[in-house]
Amino acid sequence: MTIEATYVPSPLDDTLPRNPVLRALRIGWSWLRRYPVIPFAVLVLMIVCAVFAEQLSPHDPLRGNLRAAFTPPIFMDGGTWEYPLGTDHQGRDILSRAIHGARVSTIISTAVILAGGIGGTVIGLVAGYRGGWVDQIAMRAVDFTLAMPFLLVALVVVVVFGQSLELIIVLLILFGWDNFARVVRAETLTLRESDYVSYARIQGASQARILFRHILPGVVGSVLVIGSLRVGSLILTESTLSFLGVGVPPDTPAWGIMTADGRQHLSRAWWISTMPGIAIFLVVMGFNFLGDWLRDWFDPRLRQLRVH
Amino acid sequence: MWRIIVNRLAFGVAIVLLITIVVFGLSRAAGDPRNIYLDEYATPEAWDAWGERMGLDKPLYVQYGVWLWDTLRGDFGESLYYDVPSIRLVRERVPNTLQLGGVAFGVAILIGVPLGVVSAVQRGSIVDYAVRGFALLGQSVPVFWIGIMMILVFSATLGWLPSSRNEGWNHFIMPAIALGWLPAAGLMRITRGAMLNILDSEYIKLARAKGVTAGKIVWVHGFRNAIIPPLTVAALIFAAFLTGTVVVETVFAWPGVGRLAVQSIKNNDFPVLSAIVILFSSFYIILNLIVDLLYALFDPRIRLD
Repeated sequence: MTIEATYVPSPLDDTLPRNPVLRALRIGWSWLRRYPVIPFAVLVLMIVCAVFAEQLSPHDPLRGNLRAAFTPPIFMDGGTWEYPLGTDHQGRDILSRAIHGARVSTIISTAVILAGGIGGTVIGLVAGYRGGWVDQIAMRAVDFTLAMPFLLVALVVVVVFGQSLELIIVLLILFGWDNFARVVRAETLTLRESDYVSYARIQGASQARILFRHILPGVVGSVLVIGSLRVGSLILTESTLSFLGVGVPPDTPAWGIMTADGRQHLSRAWWISTMPGIAIFLVVMGFNFLGDWLRDWFDPRLRQLRVH
Repeated sequence: MWRIIVNRLAFGVAIVLLITIVVFGLSRAAGDPRNIYLDEYATPEAWDAWGERMGLDKPLYVQYGVWLWDTLRGDFGESLYYDVPSIRLVRERVPNTLQLGGVAFGVAILIGVPLGVVSAVQRGSIVDYAVRGFALLGQSVPVFWIGIMMILVFSATLGWLPSSRNEGWNHFIMPAIALGWLPAAGLMRITRGAMLNILDSEYIKLARAKGVTAGKIVWVHGFRNAIIPPLTVAALIFAAFLTGTVVVETVFAWPGVGRLAVQSIKNNDFPVLSAIVILFSSFYIILNLIVDLLYALFDPRIRLD
């Protein structure tokens, strides 16, 4: 039997705009959606900055030169190549601080996504497969986590224990597993009833083997999608906490803290607050695109997921 | 329906209790709670009296009972910084927060929902792309940065709008936009998706075939059914508001509850912070409860399940 290739008119053919400029934009857009060039570039740039922060930064991110305080960025009058993005009120190089900020954000989001993703996936798998009281407890825990106002809880915890990187990571993990657990459980419920899982069970495969060899591969796609969509909101949350002064400790070069530093000097040196915000924006948008792309790649049914 | 109401109410109460346990636990986790409930000027008599009253020599669950009873009556302890009851500080600032939240909520709905509809109806047009870009921006830019950039442009550079405090209608413009943007973006995306699905359905085609006018199809036949999906993200929108209030009030020096929370962290004022966390969380949970019930009311599949 041969399968003949027939031309199926794509719905896109009709919806392409007549206006040539719009048409080019639309085609460029769909090309960017098909191949996530920009998100990958942002992702790679961020990881390179995080890993090689010391080698890449032209200056020490923590030590300033007061004589060079408030140097504007290179494209303005008075800017120098010495400080391409300018300096802050203490004469610290903003580029070096932004590069180190990528490290802080990468450490936090990697730790939280790994722990929350693995924990949530295991809970979802077990809850969906075992059902009964295990499932009940797991889903109640998910409901509780969803209903808790994260920021408020974080404020009390930080005021009692003080600021630290580890504390923020633990807090974000505690509030970051529920999404994974919910989706994985729902998919496990379906996969559990499928024929190939029944065969595995009849053949005498152990429960762990069924879960991790037979069901897990079926849910990995969704886990990746949720994970990449979570990274953006995690970076936003972390920078918000740092901005409010309850995130990482105040002398850390983190993007949220840098933005807060520049608030008092807005009319004199707008670049102090502006530059780290642009970094956050690029990274978060990159991850949002990556998540959208992964979602379309793995499963268009997940389309409703991204609402932050 | 009654079972749903009772169920949701029980869940709401359980969540509030859980939050009180967390706050109580934290107040005891730091060693002697008097270190965070009394300041360094407390006399030894006051120190002993507080311990006596809160039952510090008794087991933890008794302490929790005493503390919870005080909390339920609105006694969260005296502010360490202002030396007045914490609840009074919070009460003074609630109107400002509710005003700002209300205006921002209006902004979010009035911008998010109509733009979502227009963007779905004119799919693929410049308007659609502009609206989606607006939503993407709102979801990728931190709220505090939007606020600071608005201050930079409209206050520091152009001098058009005031950058802080609550002293008249023009003080609302920037904070309300900063606070409403992210929820508007979420609403817009959901409304657009829902409208796209509905405009593709059979009954809309039938209405078209019958010759119903385009405006009536969109706003009467389509829109009425597109209202339910936005309700499902209401919880997420409230969460965005909760976080956003704290951030926006801090950026715009808005005399509300969120700013008080951040200030009390800087002042190490645990009684005030605990009052805000418990009251704010309860408010948030009640809002979510109402949305759940509305959702059940609107959607017979949930009501009759």
